[in-house]
Amino acid sequence: MAYKIIASQCTGCSACEFECPNAAIRMKGDIFVIDPNKCTECEGQFDSPQCAAVCPVPKTCVPA
Amino acid sequence: MAQLIPLGSLGAPTSAETMREALSGGGCSSSSCGSSDGAGDLPPELWDRIKDHPCYSEEAHHYFARMHVAVAPACNIQCNYCNRKYDCANESRPGVVSEKLTPEQALGKVIAVANEVPQFSVLGIAGPGDSAYDWRKTKATFELVSRVIPDVKLCLSSNGLALPDHVDEIAGMNIDHVTLTINMVDPEVGTKIYPWIFHRGKRWTGLDAAKILHERQMESLDLLKARDILVKVNSVMIPGINDEHLIEVNKVVKGKGAFLHNIMPLISDPAHGTHFGLTGQRGPTAMELKALQDRLEDGTKLMRHCRQCRADAVGLLGEDRGQEFNLDLRPEEVVYDPSQRETYREIVAVERGEHVAVRKAASAEVSGLQAGASVLVAVATRGGGRINQHFGHATEFQVYEASAKGVAFIGHRKVEQYCEGGWGEDATLDGVIAALEGVTVVLCAKIGDCPKDSLTAAGIEATDEHAYDWIEAGIAAWYAARYAPAEQLLTA
Repeated sequence: MAYKIIASQCTGCSACEFECPNAAIRMKGDIFVIDPNKCTECEGQFDSPQCAAVCPVPKTCVPA
Repeated sequence: MAQLIPLGSLGAPTSAETMREALSGGGCSSSSCGSSDGAGDLPPELWDRIKDHPCYSEEAHHYFARMHVAVAPACNIQCNYCNRKYDCANESRPGVVSEKLTPEQALGKVIAVANEVPQFSVLGIAGPGDSAYDWRKTKATFELVSRVIPDVKLCLSSNGLALPDHVDEIAGMNIDHVTLTINMVDPEVGTKIYPWIFHRGKRWTGLDAAKILHERQMESLDLLKARDILVKVNSVMIPGINDEHLIEVNKVVKGKGAFLHNIMPLISDPAHGTHFGLTGQRGPTAMELKALQDRLEDGTKLMRHCRQCRADAVGLLGEDRGQEFNLDLRPEEVVYDPSQRETYREIVAVERGEHVAVRKAASAEVSGLQAGASVLVAVATRGGGRINQHFGHATEFQVYEASAKGVAFIGHRKVEQYCEGGWGEDATLDGVIAALEGVTVVLCAKIGDCPKDSLTAAGIEATDEHAYDWIEAGIAAWYAARYAPAEQLLTA
């Protein structure tokens, strides 16, 4: 159970990395990737996954 | 490339003499002039704080340069005029940037620019993204740079949503200028501009989003005011959505102590992929923008010289040398050399003194004529406050109004450069003529017969008679020749 980032959509703005409560997001090249082992989909932490809530591009942070 | 002061001549082996020559743009003949917001209209304490800041002082923008570094790309709101996917080096508008820098890379770039561009006085962080939301990177950059260049002025630009959380740190860092973008004071209007915001771990939409944003923006104004931090407010004028409403915005931000209100036209193009671009929302025309600015004239001081520069812009307003400094510089490889900037400052202090006197005299001359005519004058300038650019080389014209009130700067009109490699394109000239809507006369350093005839046919006079004069002096001389009663001219 984890989220992923659609690489072609990512603008590299880093908002998801900033908001992720699990430090599961890091930069890889010009874009960001989610470590599925660390991602909890923010369950028990927030109402909705923070990366998807803050991402400026629709349908970019999605369930893996 | 747009050039104001010929920066090439201010490059490496520069003497004070060459700087002086470069500034005066070739030598000047007459004197007398005057314009809108010089020291005279502001409390001395405020003038002292903004006089070297090109974005705040209309007079300073002739002499000093700013630099923006894009270190804070994360944003916490979505605006209908912004699309984060769009990024092109040929575009010049807020929020657009080609390179994102780490704070360390930004330091290297700032030092390289400070060594090469003696006009450099201000470092700003203005997006893309929100500098107060992506605060850790903003703060790290300011700390690194002010350690190396202690006299640099720091400023940041924010939508205000996250700013209240960091206002004490902002005050503690000696950032004494903040720009807030406020497009509405009525959340109902806000719903048409902001589809969502991200706040306290949640995405908010609709009226809730606009309400929270509005409240936080008002809180930001109050908190900054309480800490004696100067606040400029930017508003994007969106015809049919907030154009009339900006009169209310002006009242509110003025009441909360903002010292400058900058109304910017919406930039909207389907190719940008923004919501407004795709829905065909148009931006205002130059005359619509001026009409609104005129109605707000007694409100908070308006800023009319804003060029809506790119977020990674470098240089004097109206020019962008950012692309020249896209080297991947590491701070340990670049050493800051303050000598160029110090020499430049000494020269400018003298030159500005003369310019200020000349502006006053020109304004007095024009209002003294009591001619009653109010005309718009477009000027081609490379900077330094002079009429010193060839008509065909201009990528923008500065527009002044000469009237019974004197001579006042009212804005600028961007155009496509008419003459390239010695040839002028008729189609480009048509665009230039359209951009000069409402203008009576163009003053420039030189103009060919062909474009001059076309301008005349369009009802716009063009002359190079006042070449290399101080701008306001040239305007006053032209105005006097045109409108002074005959007997006054004879005795003059």
